[in-house]
This record gives sequence, C-alpha cells and structure tokens, in this order.
Amino acid sequence: MIVMDGVHKRFGKVQALWGFDLAVPAGTVCGVLGPNGAGKTTAMRVLATLLKPDAGSASVAGFDVTRQADQVRRSIGLAGQHAAVDERLTGRENLLMFGRLHHLGGRAARARADDLLARFDLTDAADRLVGKYSGGMRRRLDVVASLITSPPVLFLDEPTTGLDPHSRNAIWTSVRDLVAAGTTVLLTTQYLDEADHLADDIVVIDSGCAIASGTPDALKAQIGARLDVVVAQPSALATAKTVLADLPAAASGAEPATDADQRLVSVPVAADAISLTEVVRALDAAGVVAEDVALRRPTLDEVFLRLTGRELEGSRA
Amino acid sequence: MSTLNLRWELADGATIVRRNLTYLRHAPGMLAVIVMAPVAMVVMFGYVFGSAIVVPGNANYREYLIPGLFGMVAVNLIPMMVTMARDVDQGFVDRYRTLPMGRAAVPFGMTGSQIVLGALSLALMALCGLAVGWRIHNGWGRALAGFGLLLLFQYAMSWVGVYLGLVVGREETASQLSALVFPVSMVSNAFVPTAGMPAWLRVVADWNPVSAVVAACRDLFGNLHAPVTADASWPVAHPIAATLAWSVGLLLVFVPLAVRRYHRTNR
Repeated sequence: MIVMDGVHKRFGKVQALWGFDLAVPAGTVCGVLGPNGAGKTTAMRVLATLLKPDAGSASVAGFDVTRQADQVRRSIGLAGQHAAVDERLTGRENLLMFGRLHHLGGRAARARADDLLARFDLTDAADRLVGKYSGGMRRRLDVVASLITSPPVLFLDEPTTGLDPHSRNAIWTSVRDLVAAGTTVLLTTQYLDEADHLADDIVVIDSGCAIASGTPDALKAQIGARLDVVVAQPSALATAKTVLADLPAAASGAEPATDADQRLVSVPVAADAISLTEVVRALDAAGVVAEDVALRRPTLDEVFLRLTGRELEGSRA
Repeated sequence: MSTLNLRWELADGATIVRRNLTYLRHAPGMLAVIVMAPVAMVVMFGYVFGSAIVVPGNANYREYLIPGLFGMVAVNLIPMMVTMARDVDQGFVDRYRTLPMGRAAVPFGMTGSQIVLGALSLALMALCGLAVGWRIHNGWGRALAGFGLLLLFQYAMSWVGVYLGLVVGREETASQLSALVFPVSMVSNAFVPTAGMPAWLRVVADWNPVSAVVAACRDLFGNLHAPVTADASWPVAHPIAATLAWSVGLLLVFVPLAVRRYHRTNR
C-alpha cells in the first residue's frame, strides 16, 4: 500500500534520506521510529507529496508520489505536527472547509462533519473557536480533519507528542478503530510505547537509513533478554558476578554489569536457553544469598538504544 | 504534476476567500486594527504636525493629507503577509498541499479575500476623511476611478504580501517587518510635497509607487496637490499611468513568483 524504494533526499548539506526503503502492506500500521533529525518526517513528507525525492521512488495506493500526485492526494489523510487546523475558525467550520476542498458537496460535507464530530466526542465543542480548544481536543480535530474523505491511507506525524495520557489513549483507540475498518496507517513517533501498542511493524530510522525493521517482538528478540540478580550483601557482588558470567545461557563474552548502590548484577542472556532454577542453584552453591532473581524481556527503549547506539559508534570510528 | 482544472481553481479559491472572511465574523475587531494606523495618522498629522505644515496655497492640510492616507492603506501589504506567513508557520499550507486542490487556488483565494478586506478598510478610511473635512470635488465618476485605482494597487501589493509571507514563513518575523511599511509611505508625497526634500531623496520619493497612487487620487478626487513643474519626472507628470504601470508590473512579477513559491514552500 505504501512503498519507498531507495529514496534519497538532501537539503543543502544535510542528507535527510539516504536510500530509505519502506513497505507497508494494506490494512496494517507501520511505526517509523527515530531520534529527532533521523529523517522520519522527511520520509512522511515525501509520501504526502510535499517533497520531491532526489532519487528513488515512492508510491501510495499504487500511485507514484511525483507523477501522480493528485491521485495520491485523493487517497491520503495527513495529521500531526505538520498539518494544522485553523484556530480562528470553529471546529465545524474547519471540517466544512476541508470537506469543500475535497470537493464533497455542501450537504455531504455537513453530514460527514457531524458524523465525525460525534464519533470523536467533539460535538459539544463543534461551534467553539479552535483557538479555545485544549491540546487534546485540537489534536483530535486534527485527526478528524484528515479523515473527511475516509482515505484508505493515513499518515500520522507524531500524533500524540505533548498530549496528556487521556487524550493519547483516545487517539490510540481511534487509530485501532480505523485500522480495524481497513485503513493503512503510517505513524512516526518518538514514543516507543506508542509504536509498541499500535504498530504491526516497526522501522527504525537513523541518519536517513532504515537500520532495522520487523514486528515489535522480533526487534526485542534480536537483543535477547537480561538477567537481573539483587544480592543481600554488597560483599557478595563479586562472587555473583563470576557465577553469572559462567552461566551457559549468558551471551558469549558478555561481561555482567554491577551496580553497587542497588546491589544489582545483570547480564544479557538468551531468553529461551535459561532456567531460573539453575541460576538460583548456582548462586546457592557459591554461597550467595539472592534477594531477587528476575528475567527481563527488553523494552523497545533498550532495543532502540542498542540499535542507534551502535550506529553512532560506527560513525565515530 | 497536478493538472489544472479551472472549475476547482475557482471553487477552491472561493473556499479560501470564505475562510478568510469568516475570521472577520469571529473577530470584527480585526478591521479596526487595519485602520488604526491611518486613523492615528489623521490625528497625528492632520492635527498635531499639520498645524505647523504649510501646503501650497495655504489651504487646509487635511485636504492634502487624506489621499496620502489612502495610499498608505493601499500599500500596506502587512496583513496579507502575516496571514500567509502564519499559514506556513502553523502547517496550514502543508495541509492544503496534501489536498487535491487547484494549483493556484490558495494564493488566488488569499489575495481575493484581500480585495474585500481592502475595500472595507478604504471605505472606513474614507469615512474618517469625510469626518475631518475631506471632500470629493470632481464628481462621482472620477472618484470611483480613484477608488478603482486604489483597489488595483492594493490588489497588486497583496500579491507581494503573499509572496513575502511564503518566503518569510514565520508569523513573528512577518509582524516585525510591519515597521518597514511606515518609512515606505513616509518617503513619498503622502504627507508633504516632495519639492522641499533634498534632491536625492526627492528622486526616491517621486518614483515611489505610493507617490504615484497618491497623486492619482488627488487628481481624481480633485484634492489639493503640489503643482507639476516642467522638469518633473515621468511618474509625477503622469500619476494615473504610473499607478497602472506599477500595479500591472507588480502583478506580472509577483503572481507567478507567489504561485511557484507556494508549491515549493518548505520548512
């Protein structure tokens, strides 16, 4: 449904995209994750026909973003930090205006606006100026504005950045509803839990390249799990460290990390090869009293840090 | 590339006009802001400085001043520039550009709404003028021609405003630039005859489009103006032709520039 193939885009001296690839099947949510300046917004702007790629090709719903821009525009909705609603109009006036710009008839535009306002819990605020809306209401209206024509493809550019948890949940719920109804969603976000909750697939972008992609679970599995042991006595830290380093499940060559303040020793392990009973037995045999032994699945944050950290080290060398 | 469809260009342009005029309904005070500066000028120049300014023939200075203030209202591209810059700043232009809209609908709609707003502010300015003793002396036909000329010049300036707004792209910066309109209106015949200015400044003032439009108004409204000497520069001798030339010239340059820029706007 959404395809980018080796897209390059340069702004002056800044190479925003460097051979970026992306493929999003119809009816799925793809999350593009990356630090600020990684190129995720540039990628979205290319897909939304706002920027022409220097090289490579991109298409949405089967239409080329440069040669068939009009057809692409008829198939997409864009919401988020780069598409705004007008704060000097009321919510309803905004929607009617976008309806007219999409060339819906007056009556169809009105009916659609009423329907969307009701669905997104904005009916009471419909005739208030958007300038007086709260941040969450405004963002909801922004998403609503991109849905006027029920586009098959929706681009959400950091849709929940800076929102309170309640509004964020409201937006997440509506995104899930849209996807259930068959919409394809491309989402950029700085929040890993957002990608984790919403996305079927995640693409990690850094310096304009896709450096990893896959389901959230697959990405987590890539870096494996971590074993945390909290010892009762600080003096036992060194012994515990040796025990963990010798575990058969410990990643080869991995040096366990210790934290004296927390009395914590942790080591990366292969999640499927470890048995906690074995760990406890080994610690016991070495005379270490453990207060807590836990196997932790990595969070997406850790995956992200690992991926982009490696990239940064690579560029420094 | 986008295809040109005249029907959508017009319909979408009309939608943008409608949007800009809806602001007026929500905030009618906006119009007051547009005429605030000229009204302040009427007081400041008409009564404060005016009391010490001697115009040819020892006539009423306000008779001389009001066409100058019309010129000042017409040349004021700031509201247009600020509106456009704000739309870029807030991501509105981005949203427009992801819609299947007519290619030139946004800049045409923006300037189209400015015709209505501009006519309103000229009308308010005229009421101000009538209140302080300014009158039309050459009949309604010529007076309408005068207002027509003012509207044309104002429309041309609104295209400059749209272009600059797209280039500046930030509402704050655009607002700060408004300080520049004042000297542009000052270095002209709007407030005093140019004859007394130092030679180099006089050349600038005589060729200032504001001078042309103001002199044309004085001509058409039959208001007091400085006598045209034999060695006068072309725009001073032919203010109406000069105003037309300036307006058409500005449109020829800035309409294509603004439309092109609109499609390339990037933050």
